[in-house]
Amino acid sequence: MSRLQVVSGKGGTGKTTVAAALALALAKEGKRTLLVEVEGRQGIAQLFETEPLPYEERKIAVAPGGGEVYALAIDAERALLDYLQMFYKLGGAGRALKKLGAIDFATTVAPGVRDVLLTGKACEAVRRRDKQGRYLYDHVVMDAPPTGRITRFLNVNDEVAGLARIGPIHNQAQAVMRVLKSPETAVHLVTLLEEMPVQETADGIAELRAAELPVGAVIVNMVRPQVLDEDAVRVARADHREDIVRALTAAGVSGAERLVAPLVEQAAAHAQRVELEREQRDVLAKLDVPAYELPLLGEGADLAGLYRLARQLRKLGVGA
Amino acid sequence: MSEHMGDGTASVPGTATDAGSGPAPDTGDRNGGLGAVPRLEVDPLLDDPATRIVVCCGAGGVGKTTTAAALGVRAAERGRKVVVLTIDPARRLAQSMGIDQLDNVPRRVPGIEGDGELHAMMLDMKRTFDEIVEAHADPARARAILENPFYQSLSAGFAGTQEYMAMEKLGQLRTRDSWDLIVVDTPPSRSALDFLDAPKRLGSFLDGRFIKLLVAPARVGGRAGMKFLNAGMSMMTGTLGKLLGAQFLRDVQTFVAAMDTMFGGFRTRADATYRLLQAPGTAFLVVAAPERDALREAAYFVDRLAAERMPLAGLVLNRVHGSRAARLSAERALAVAENLEEGRIVDHAAGQTGQGGPEAASPETPVSPTDNGASAAAPMDSAVPPSVARLTAGLLRLHAERMQVLARERRTRDRFTALHPEVAVAEVPALPGDVHDLTGLRAIGARLASPEPPGAPATAPPPAGPTPPAGAA
Repeated sequence: MSRLQVVSGKGGTGKTTVAAALALALAKEGKRTLLVEVEGRQGIAQLFETEPLPYEERKIAVAPGGGEVYALAIDAERALLDYLQMFYKLGGAGRALKKLGAIDFATTVAPGVRDVLLTGKACEAVRRRDKQGRYLYDHVVMDAPPTGRITRFLNVNDEVAGLARIGPIHNQAQAVMRVLKSPETAVHLVTLLEEMPVQETADGIAELRAAELPVGAVIVNMVRPQVLDEDAVRVARADHREDIVRALTAAGVSGAERLVAPLVEQAAAHAQRVELEREQRDVLAKLDVPAYELPLLGEGADLAGLYRLARQLRKLGVGA
Repeated sequence: MSEHMGDGTASVPGTATDAGSGPAPDTGDRNGGLGAVPRLEVDPLLDDPATRIVVCCGAGGVGKTTTAAALGVRAAERGRKVVVLTIDPARRLAQSMGIDQLDNVPRRVPGIEGDGELHAMMLDMKRTFDEIVEAHADPARARAILENPFYQSLSAGFAGTQEYMAMEKLGQLRTRDSWDLIVVDTPPSRSALDFLDAPKRLGSFLDGRFIKLLVAPARVGGRAGMKFLNAGMSMMTGTLGKLLGAQFLRDVQTFVAAMDTMFGGFRTRADATYRLLQAPGTAFLVVAAPERDALREAAYFVDRLAAERMPLAGLVLNRVHGSRAARLSAERALAVAENLEEGRIVDHAAGQTGQGGPEAASPETPVSPTDNGASAAAPMDSAVPPSVARLTAGLLRLHAERMQVLARERRTRDRFTALHPEVAVAEVPALPGDVHDLTGLRAIGARLASPEPPGAPATAPPPAGPTPPAGAA
């Protein structure tokens, strides 16, 4: 059971939703989780229908069973200023640096520094303890950058070590890497049962493994129910149209003759999709990573849907 | 751009935007339930010789690259000489256009029909950056820059480099003037807007006060009245040195010193690219899927383009679901499915509804009240055989699921069109699989341009014939 759970995924797969649901799922009775975002999108606030999150940990939800979920939108610039203040007592000078563009330089242009600051803040939250010496958060869940960039984002050591070979940023990078490469961390990839995201997931896992970053699970999102099997579709397409018309008519549906063609067409498309999904499941099965499926939310990812996904993740035991 | 926007009349009679209510005709209205929203006319846009650049932008995962490629194929097959600049295409899509090797040079795509030409290239950001350096510095200096560790990280990794280089490449392609039309895909950024900001940001850094101060504090400090700044600079470089390590800072300083002669150039180039994006020959297409996040991003983009006075042609809404059986509502389909599954369908002609199901099977709630009762008229001699009942119930459940998706997509889309009624929209029906060949791109292009509402063939396989657009190969 990893204490830092990083959730990545191709754009459009719903990684923010899955990250939020995972934070809820892991906040079992008496537990506390922290959900962090690092891309400045305010996706968490939108999902929980709250005001934009400040750079401050605050409680945003109570999970099923009573656990608490806190959230934090990490801002690289604020993290750097905090950091300067903490280590160098540079309150006023920090502002002067900012005015000159130095902070901007460090957080956006200097390669890797931004990522060290973002992952560093998350790792700090993972390690933080209360006065009794207990971990403040049982789990930290990160809504991370997409699959295409995740290895580079997490592998800050490589980025920074080559440039900043000494100094606090270097040390910070080393400390962060110790957490990220330990079993304390699990990187989950969210995908859909479609060719492109599955391919990207496979590539992402290979990259994570090459960088010795711990791969957690593949979470297949928006899985549509399989309503009809291929045999049924074949039967429907073949010579049962009249039977179907009769059944519809008997059930009180008027104009069944005109409905049957589109209904059978939809079934054929469904069957085609089921077949494509089966192929993608086979690809995922070969990745040697546990895969879990979450249902498509008919009404979209609203708050009720989020809790539904959280219950499902908890039932499946993802990340726990 | 307005001449491209087609039937943008404010009110079309009889096209209520609330397409979900009431029985709709099987095919929906002419614009896929879009009502009075102006339709984005893709062909006039692509055919107009004045259109020189089409920029596809939008959130990640909405099909930007596929849309850019499909537009390229369509424009080429309509006779134009086109180059498509893709940033990070999926492998098979790149292969389908023969650009799976990264050589940063446009290659002609074989298999294009007609007189036009399609060229395609995939951006290699490091190579593009290297080429700028090589073009603007003498060989010795260029080598010093290319070997500098800070440069190597910057050119391969900086979050804005890809965006900057994409715009740089666009500028280069435009300057070469070898093509009638450039279609450009935008990078999968943290935010879809990054490519507008990155050139300016990188340009002003490389060009800016801070970096110059960093390199030459003595020179600046030497001027009258700047001595206090000199002291501040020492403190600052000291701090940065502590923070980043002295080696890092030295690398930056060497890099900046070597780049010194090129600085002015970066700002100038960034400005030129920006003006190019505002020029009348440029058309932005915002690409989205009918999902909340993608459309929220699209809305930001529309606002931002307006603020920057950049010409928006319209919104391409990908993967829209439709149904030709839309007159049968989800609720009704589910109710009927339940009755069929529970075997409650018996002899209607005798007026019996079996035990327990009068409400669902009742003729008081037919889908189309004007239809004079095919159900009542058809004499049923016996109960529906269980296998047929199950099959029919399955079809109905599937239909109900489709209708729920459709309703959700419409609500999401309507929220966007209510906020931005002026934005022309083209809807592209969802396909069951991915596109990775020219045939598929051609089919997407046809759907983009066609006035057929997505309600028609929707996600059903292609109407007929041996060339399924996707996935089946």
